[in-house]
Amino acid sequence: MTQLALVIDLNVCVGCHACVTSCKQWNTSGWAGPLPDQRPYDEDPSGVFFNRVQTYEVGCYPNTETVHFPKSCLHCEDPPCVPVCPTGASYKREEDGIVLVDYDKCIGCKYCSWACPYGAREFDELGKVMKKCTLCVDRIYDKNLPEEERKPACVMACPTSARIFGDVHDADSEASRAIREQGGYQLQPEWGARPSNHYLPRRKQQIHISDDELVRADNPLRKEDEEPFDQQSETLDDVAW
Amino acid sequence: MHPAFSVIFLTTLIGIGQGLFLALFTGQVYSLAQLLPAQESQNFYALGGFVALVFLAGGLLASFFHLGHPERAWRAVTQWRTSWLSREVIVLPVFMGLVFLYVLIHFFGWTQPLFTVSDALPVDLSLIVGFLASIAAFVLFLSTAMIYASLKFLKEWYTPLTVVNFTFLGLASGFMFAAAFSAYEGIDLVAFFGTWAVIFTLISAITRFASLIRNRNLRHNFNLSSAIGVRHQTIRQQTQGFMGGSFNTREFFHHKSPFFVNSMRRIFLVLVFLVPVALIVASYFMQSAFLPMVAFAVQYIGLMAERWYFFAEAKHPQNQYYQAIS
Repeated sequence: MTQLALVIDLNVCVGCHACVTSCKQWNTSGWAGPLPDQRPYDEDPSGVFFNRVQTYEVGCYPNTETVHFPKSCLHCEDPPCVPVCPTGASYKREEDGIVLVDYDKCIGCKYCSWACPYGAREFDELGKVMKKCTLCVDRIYDKNLPEEERKPACVMACPTSARIFGDVHDADSEASRAIREQGGYQLQPEWGARPSNHYLPRRKQQIHISDDELVRADNPLRKEDEEPFDQQSETLDDVAW
Repeated sequence: MHPAFSVIFLTTLIGIGQGLFLALFTGQVYSLAQLLPAQESQNFYALGGFVALVFLAGGLLASFFHLGHPERAWRAVTQWRTSWLSREVIVLPVFMGLVFLYVLIHFFGWTQPLFTVSDALPVDLSLIVGFLASIAAFVLFLSTAMIYASLKFLKEWYTPLTVVNFTFLGLASGFMFAAAFSAYEGIDLVAFFGTWAVIFTLISAITRFASLIRNRNLRHNFNLSSAIGVRHQTIRQQTQGFMGGSFNTREFFHHKSPFFVNSMRRIFLVLVFLVPVALIVASYFMQSAFLPMVAFAVQYIGLMAERWYFFAEAKHPQNQYYQAIS
């Protein structure tokens, strides 16, 4: 069974909000839209977003680190928002595990938003229905787009490639590999919702060095082969490449 | 959570409707067993049932104000397999229909016994319909309360005490109204309903107090660390990601001071439990027809405060994500 999801790399995210704006742009004008705003240029603005980027400070000054935390629907494998819906407007697709709302069936009772511990759903005050991240279901299957663009708008927009889109049930997908190899975790697994979206934690930077980078193969003098040295007269410049 | 007035009115009004119907039917059963004098069918049961129906309809009307698309409310009957809200949407009209039948039967006096069980218990149509409606009333208490008690991460609600409180507070207010109604009609059942109203009020005082103590001692296992999955003792939110408000900042918090919330608790403890019991006891000694009506009115105001506090008390874990604006 397929379970499409996002894997978000907190090690790489710089908090630029490009995913937020591209999500809003794509979805407000697309299948899942509109995402209306109230008083956008006035006092107390408000509006619907499927994706938010929050910023946290971890540690005590001066040893602090800033963590940017993109937050959207996690497309849980056992979504608590779906069974509580009285009309069946909230549903999880069998074929790819995306959790969606049928706007034509939603009565706007907001019970699903109460049942979501992550606060992933936002109520549209204009359309009077509940809205949420669709994982750009109208993009990822669009045959009119080139193959490499059939990804959620947020993934396409991310300048640091902090967002990986893929099938987390397919062990060979890029998303699954990232979860496996870089310590991907779910948010608050104790609620038992089994979120599909994963986050990659902050980790120490690794430098990838291949074997041919260790030997200066293109040096005609092949200085490495020679045995130096007179240790007394050697300077840092003599040993640095 | 943010207490919505539509839901406060819905839950309190249908609670009175259910309690009042159960009070009427209890009276009928008692008089059948000749523990109480039989009442005139038309004036007492039909009129009382009609008033219960008015309360239920008022609650139903209030619930529509909670919906974004009330014209699609009929769709809410479809998911009864999984959703307690859907079950409530089914049971409420069923209960109203049965109460309506009960009113009709008493109004037109179709109360000739259909058959007699073991030569002692004459069973008429109103008894059968009333029995079915009583079951529906309790299923409705269960459905309404389980809407809240089934949300497992809203720990303040996730307890059988929620169901117990909804049931006993509904019974207390319903019997209280029955006492006030009897007093108004000048029927000799004020003491009977008043006694039961006091008993149910005292039971609900115990169970509501138990839930208050339970919730005071609750330890929430969510914090910023679990919210974003960063295992560090010191985490501060710098920004929630936007400067203005959003659904997430409005729907899940009451935006009132701790003083206001605590005041609501004290107010409802006095108005729901203390004052009505004192008034009923006083009316028993003073033979006053006026005091039971005051007791009901005071208790209903208190119940609205109680329901407000019930919602405000619940701490939704999603609020962790919305603590700082910059």
